[in-house]
Amino acid sequence: MAKTQKKTLDLVRREMPKQPPEVRRHNFQEVALGYSPELAVEEARRCLQCPKPACVSGCPVEINIPAFIDAIARRDFGQGIRILKEKNCLPAICGRVCPQEDQCEIKCVLTRKGAPVAIGRLERFLADWEAEQGEPELPPIAPPTGKKIAVVGGGPAGLTVAGDLIQLGHQVTIFEALHKMGGVLIYGIPEFRLPKAIVAREVDYLRRLGVKLVTNFVVGKTRTIDSLLEEFDAVFIGAGAGLPWFMSIPGENLNGVYSANEYLTRINLMKGFLFPNYHTPIKRHKRVAVIGGGNVAMDCARSALRLGAEVRIIYRRSRQEMPARLEEIENAEEEGVIFEYLTLPIRYHGDENGWVKEMVCVRMKLGEPDASGRRRPIPIEGSETVFPVDAVIVAIGNSPNPLIPSTTTGLEVGKRGNIVADEETGKTTKERVWAGGDVTTGAATVILAMGAGRKAARSIHQYLTSH
Amino acid sequence: MFRVVASRMIVPNVHLLTLEAPAVAREAKPGQFVILRACEEGERIPLSLSDWDAEMGTVTVIFLNIGFTTNQLAALEEGKTIPTVVGPLGNATRIEKYGTVLCLGGCYGIGSIFPIARALKAAGNRVFTLLEARSAYLFYWEERFEAISERVIHITRDGTRGYRGHIDRLPEVVKDLGVPIDRIIINGCTFLLKRGSDASRPLGISTWVSLNPIMIDGTGMCGVCRVTVGDATRFACVHGPDFDGHQVNWEELLHRRKAYMVEEEVPFRTSRCNDHGCKA
Repeated sequence: MAKTQKKTLDLVRREMPKQPPEVRRHNFQEVALGYSPELAVEEARRCLQCPKPACVSGCPVEINIPAFIDAIARRDFGQGIRILKEKNCLPAICGRVCPQEDQCEIKCVLTRKGAPVAIGRLERFLADWEAEQGEPELPPIAPPTGKKIAVVGGGPAGLTVAGDLIQLGHQVTIFEALHKMGGVLIYGIPEFRLPKAIVAREVDYLRRLGVKLVTNFVVGKTRTIDSLLEEFDAVFIGAGAGLPWFMSIPGENLNGVYSANEYLTRINLMKGFLFPNYHTPIKRHKRVAVIGGGNVAMDCARSALRLGAEVRIIYRRSRQEMPARLEEIENAEEEGVIFEYLTLPIRYHGDENGWVKEMVCVRMKLGEPDASGRRRPIPIEGSETVFPVDAVIVAIGNSPNPLIPSTTTGLEVGKRGNIVADEETGKTTKERVWAGGDVTTGAATVILAMGAGRKAARSIHQYLTSH
Repeated sequence: MFRVVASRMIVPNVHLLTLEAPAVAREAKPGQFVILRACEEGERIPLSLSDWDAEMGTVTVIFLNIGFTTNQLAALEEGKTIPTVVGPLGNATRIEKYGTVLCLGGCYGIGSIFPIARALKAAGNRVFTLLEARSAYLFYWEERFEAISERVIHITRDGTRGYRGHIDRLPEVVKDLGVPIDRIIINGCTFLLKRGSDASRPLGISTWVSLNPIMIDGTGMCGVCRVTVGDATRFACVHGPDFDGHQVNWEELLHRRKAYMVEEEVPFRTSRCNDHGCKA
């Protein structure tokens, strides 16, 4: 599909319409509204259709990016979505939450001119266009193989494995611990960034393909991996990240101090923002501090803001080192989140009823680069600052969940408790068991989990068809 | 969906609910709990298992009708279904041959300590049962305890049965038993767990309690159930729910239990969850 004719470079990256900050900070509806067909076609036409597309090498699931963009440019949206879905069964989700700026878009030749093609927005456009056409068509499914696979965890890794293996003719059952499928897509990522209706639609697509979905089922408790192996030919573990980290500083167990997981789960999975029509309460705090600088910290901050709080992000390094996506940092800034850089909490003080009322921080300066290559923050003596707060959300990551490793024989775990799996195949040290996503890597991204799922599915298929 | 097999009030305001949950029943062990949701809009609450039947595929919980969700659960009729019964969660109570064990239960803890006492007996222990309540009419399942205990002793606040007073009288009870006690296990409300642990401390008897903090997922993910035990923060759902009662920071736990007292009554006034008799 590569074109050789020269065309004038269009260096105007088409912006995607968004809810204005002063409006969106008061609601949980999606912030980014998506391209119109016209905008999508204009943006698609900016693609140079490189003969050796670098963007594809940046995509963990190797989507044929130039081909689907060419289809948009030709207004053949149906062809576009088919190309996307050859490699990615969850395009509506990836188009929204993938860090494209560090993956496909950073490799775009136009990045050198400061205007990479908006690959993520185009992906999202196609997925949303497809949804508007009614029920999506089902891909052809290979004849039944008679092999059964159990997938542990209904998050991005598990959904990908299930989608791939069912199309190859295997029987697939997903076991999910919570009462809804989707994992972090449901309990973690907020509605305003990823509407839950979209996740539900993708899950429904898998159901229509024939994947069996079992919720309210905690593998490791309700049934062990060893027991599943008696019934299933292979097991994939995509159980996600587990126990939230805290900083082990005084006052961290006061009321009003949350893990990011708790705060987001109350809002997203349990719909606390609709309390009391939904029955799980979420407090409407006045002054909230969010500890951390990743995407999860941004999600917490922007959620707290929407519940009416004045919100501060407390991050121990500077803006430059923040791991969150730039787009999310900008969104948070526009909405009015206050950023306290080079700041580290050292203790919390509570009131007589056990509620947090103050956060004591020290200011930091940046020293020499550490092992991660980022400059090491060093406390400045005598810089203690007190912030009045009525809530603190700790968003500094998770350790792997111990439920499966502690109940499974012969499954090797690493130093941090993560399940050891081969990077290329997802194969664990246990016969007929694969793993992928955060349970193997620690907290990472949706697309990396999907990439791991894809590789594991390939390896499982290979194993099942040769045994 | 999970079908209600039995639902009744066993003593005033204390309810028994038996649910069809075969996968949970197959794996259940003494001291474990389930998380339930009463309706699609419902919150997730943990309840200790009081009994189960692997063959019938059922589990039984006993609870005090005290808040919005327990009120919904109490109103369930046989044949109705609820959307979530997940488990068995938490670690089982450690059953060993300790020698002589005193099992102390109050309120819903009378139900949940029964399978523990039964397993201790089966493991070769001498089991004494101590039941605590405000008044004699709040005791239940006594014939079950009679069958497995050397003796069943009572404490009532109003003196209508057994010792008069609160669990603070534990040292006296132990002295009157006249046998050395190797271990005390307590199930019930946080207040009973705390005061029971306080009362047993001077006796130097190892005392284990089943904690019941607020939970959401019950699998270690959210961390709302964290408690300070000794110097460490522990998650009751995956590290517990049983802990050494002499090491628990009770003041912190009591505060954390009360975090949503204000919100608890709001849905009573405003809910429109028609299926469960909660139309206020």
